Amino acid sequence: MSPRLTVRKTYKAYIGDAFVRSESGRTDPAHDHQGALVANVPRCSRKDVRDAVKAAVAAFPGWAGRTAYNRGQILYRAAEAVESRGDEFVAAAVRVRGLKEKAARAEVEAAVDTLVHYAGWTDKIGAVLGGVNPVAAPYLSFSVPEPTGVIGVVCPPEADLLGTVAAIAPPLAAGNVVVALLSERWPTAGLDLGEALGVSDVPKGVVALLSGRTAELAPALAAHRGVDGLLDASGDADLRGELGRLGAETISRVRHVAPAALAAAETRLSLSRIEPWTELKTAWHPVGA
Amino acid sequence: MDLRWDYAPAPESTDHLRLRDRYDLFVGGHWRAPEDGTVVPTVNPATGEPIAEIAWAGPADLDRAVAAARAALPAWQALPALERGKYLFRFARLLQERSRELAVAETLDGGKPIKESRDFDVPTAAAHFFSYAGWADKLPYVLGGRSAAPHGVVGAIVPWNFPLLMAAWKIAPALATGNVCVLKPAETTPLTALLLAEIAQEAGLPDGVLSILPGDGELGARLVRHDGVDKIAFTGSTAVGREIQAALAGRDVGLTLELGGKSANIVFEDAPIEQAVEGIVTGIFFNQGHVCCAGSRLLVQETIADELVERLWRRMQTLRVGDPLDKNTDMGAINSAEQLARIEALVDRGVADGLERRTLDCPLPEAGHWFAPTLFTGVGPSDVVATEEIFGPVLSVLTFRDQAEAIQKANDTNYGLAAGVWTDKGSKAFQVAAALRAGVVWQNTYNRFDPTAAFGGYNESGFGREGGPAGLLPYLKVA
Repeated sequence: MSPRLTVRKTYKAYIGDAFVRSESGRTDPAHDHQGALVANVPRCSRKDVRDAVKAAVAAFPGWAGRTAYNRGQILYRAAEAVESRGDEFVAAAVRVRGLKEKAARAEVEAAVDTLVHYAGWTDKIGAVLGGVNPVAAPYLSFSVPEPTGVIGVVCPPEADLLGTVAAIAPPLAAGNVVVALLSERWPTAGLDLGEALGVSDVPKGVVALLSGRTAELAPALAAHRGVDGLLDASGDADLRGELGRLGAETISRVRHVAPAALAAAETRLSLSRIEPWTELKTAWHPVGA
Repeated sequence: MDLRWDYAPAPESTDHLRLRDRYDLFVGGHWRAPEDGTVVPTVNPATGEPIAEIAWAGPADLDRAVAAARAALPAWQALPALERGKYLFRFARLLQERSRELAVAETLDGGKPIKESRDFDVPTAAAHFFSYAGWADKLPYVLGGRSAAPHGVVGAIVPWNFPLLMAAWKIAPALATGNVCVLKPAETTPLTALLLAEIAQEAGLPDGVLSILPGDGELGARLVRHDGVDKIAFTGSTAVGREIQAALAGRDVGLTLELGGKSANIVFEDAPIEQAVEGIVTGIFFNQGHVCCAGSRLLVQETIADELVERLWRRMQTLRVGDPLDKNTDMGAINSAEQLARIEALVDRGVADGLERRTLDCPLPEAGHWFAPTLFTGVGPSDVVATEEIFGPVLSVLTFRDQAEAIQKANDTNYGLAAGVWTDKGSKAFQVAAALRAGVVWQNTYNRFDPTAAFGGYNESGFGREGGPAGLLPYLKVA
C-alpha cells in the first residue's frame, strides 16, 4: 500500500469576511524555519488592498454603530475562537517558527488574553477618555471618544499570532475597522487567525488580513484615501518615513510602534494602544433656554 | 426698507494702550534684536497704517531661542507642579488686569471688532490660563493609570485669526505639563503675543521657558524642522498642516494639527427659527468669518428654506461693518490684502458657477481691507464655495429634504471640525450630532468655546484636542 499523500494547503486572504485568492493570481511559498515549504500563501496586490479598504469602509458604520457591549461580546467570542484552536496554533508555531512548545503556548495564551483584555475595554473607553465639561455657561457640554474609521495595520515582522492580535485588537475595541498586512516572513499564523475570525461573530469587512510583500502593499495602504489611520508596527526605519509622508497627504493618523513594545507584556495591554484610534467629539446643548 | 439704525460713533479709547515703537524678539526671557532676521511694520488692516516695528527672527535667532528653551527645561521640569501652575495663574490674572489694553491691541493688529476682542478673545484666553494652571498638579488624574513625561521643547505656531487666544491655547497646556515653549505668532498679527512676552516677564517666568519669535512661514517651516524641538503644535490651514506632517514623517516628534474646516450648520424645519438665524449669523460672521470652525455651509430643510433665507437676509441688513474700534461694530476688517484677494477669488468663482449671490449693500471704509457679508443660494454640494474653505464672511446655502440627506451632505467633506444642529426636538439633535463626523457639534447654538471643553477635528481638519483634560495629552509622552 502506497503511503498517503498529505493534502497541502494553499491559503487565502481574509477580505470582506470571505477567503479569497489574490486578484493578481500570484502566490508565494511560505517556508518554515528550516526552509521547508509550509504552504502557498497569496501574494496580495495593491488591488487586493483597495478591495479590502472598500469592504472596510462599508463595514465601518455598522461596527462603529454597535453598542460597546456588543463589540465587547464579539471580541470575547474571538478570544474563544482562538482559545479553542489553541493547540493548533501552538503546534503550528513549533513546526513553522521552531519555537519550543512552552514558548509557543505562552505566546498563544498571551494572544487570547490580549483579545480578552481589549474585549473588556469597549465599554470603558468613553468613561476614561470622555466626560462632561463644566463649561461656564448654561450648556450641557460633553466629550465622547468615537472611532477614527478605517485603520491600516502593518503587522510586526515577528511574533506572528500575538503581534497580529496585539496590533488589531485595540483599534477594533474602539469601533474601528482594520485592514492588516501580515508578517511577510511568517504569514500563516495570521491567515489561520483569519480562519478563526471567519467563523466567529466578527462582522463582514471589519477585519481584513492580507499576506504579501510589505514593501509593495504598505505604501498603497498608507496612501489610500479611505484609510483614516495607520499603525506601522513593522519596525522598519526606511518604511517609517515613507508611510508617514504618504499618510500626511490625507492627514491620516500615523503611529509607529516598535514590534517589541507591541508584544511585550508590560506595554501590550494599554489604553495608549486604543487612544490614537479615537476622535473626541464635543457636543454642546443648551440647558434651560 | 432700511433696517440699519444710525448710531453715533462709539470708539473705544486707545489711551491706556502704550505700545513701543519697536518690538524685538523675546528670547530666553529677554528682548533681543534679531541677529540675522529683519524688521517689518505690523499694520492695522482697518486703516493700512503701521502700528509698530516688529523684529522677525532668522535662523540664528531660532537657534538661540531653542537653545534657551533647552537650557531652561531641567529646572522647569524639576519645579513642583503646583509652583508651575502658579505661574500660569499669574498669567491669567495679568491678562485680566491688562484686558483693555490687550483687547485694543488685538483689534488694532487683527481688524476684529472691539466687542469681540473685549468680550471673547481676552477673557477666553485668560480662562484657558486659569483652567490649565489648575491642571499642572493634577496630571495623574487624566492619564487613566498610565505614566507620562513632557515632550520637552514645544514649537507652537498660531494663526492670525485669534492671535492671543490661540497662543493661550498652546502655551497654557504646554507649560502646565512641564514643557517649555517657543511660540511663532502669525506674520500679520504678532502684537498681542509680544504683549504676552511682557506678561511673562511680569509674572517672573523663568528665562527660556517661553520665547516668542515673530516671523513668516519660512520661520515656521524652520521651527518645524529644528532638531531641538520635540513637539509641534500647529493651528492653521490644511495645506500647511499637510506639509508639516510630511516634514515630520518618520521622526519622533509629537504633532497636533488644528486645521481648516467647512462646517455644516444644519437647520431643521422644527428649529426655533429666530434663534437659528442668530446662530447662523454667529456661525459665519463672527470674527469676519475668519474662524476655522465657521458654519460656512448652511444646510436648510427644503420646507423652510425660502423663509429662513429671507429672515437671514433681513437680519444681515442690521449688521454694522466698519471701524473695528467702534463698540457697535459687528464686523471689522479683513485681516490682510492676501486674505481679501482669496475671499474675492472664491466669491467670483461662485458667481462664475452661476450661483445666486447676495452681498450686503453697506458703506465700507476707503482705506484698509473690507468685504461685506455675503451669501450664496442654490448651492450644490460640489460647488467650489461649498467645498473650499473661504475663511471670510461668505455663507453657502444648501438644502436637504430629510434627516438622512442632511447627515449625508454634512459629512460630504474632507474636513470635520465642527457642525451645528438646529431643531426643537432634543432626541433628534442628539441623534444627528452622533452621526456627524465632526469634532465639535453645537446643538441650537454655535461657536461656543470653553477651556474645559475639548476642541479639534476629524479627517483633514487635523488631530489632537485642545481644551479640557484631553488637551493635556498631546503635550505628554504617554506610556
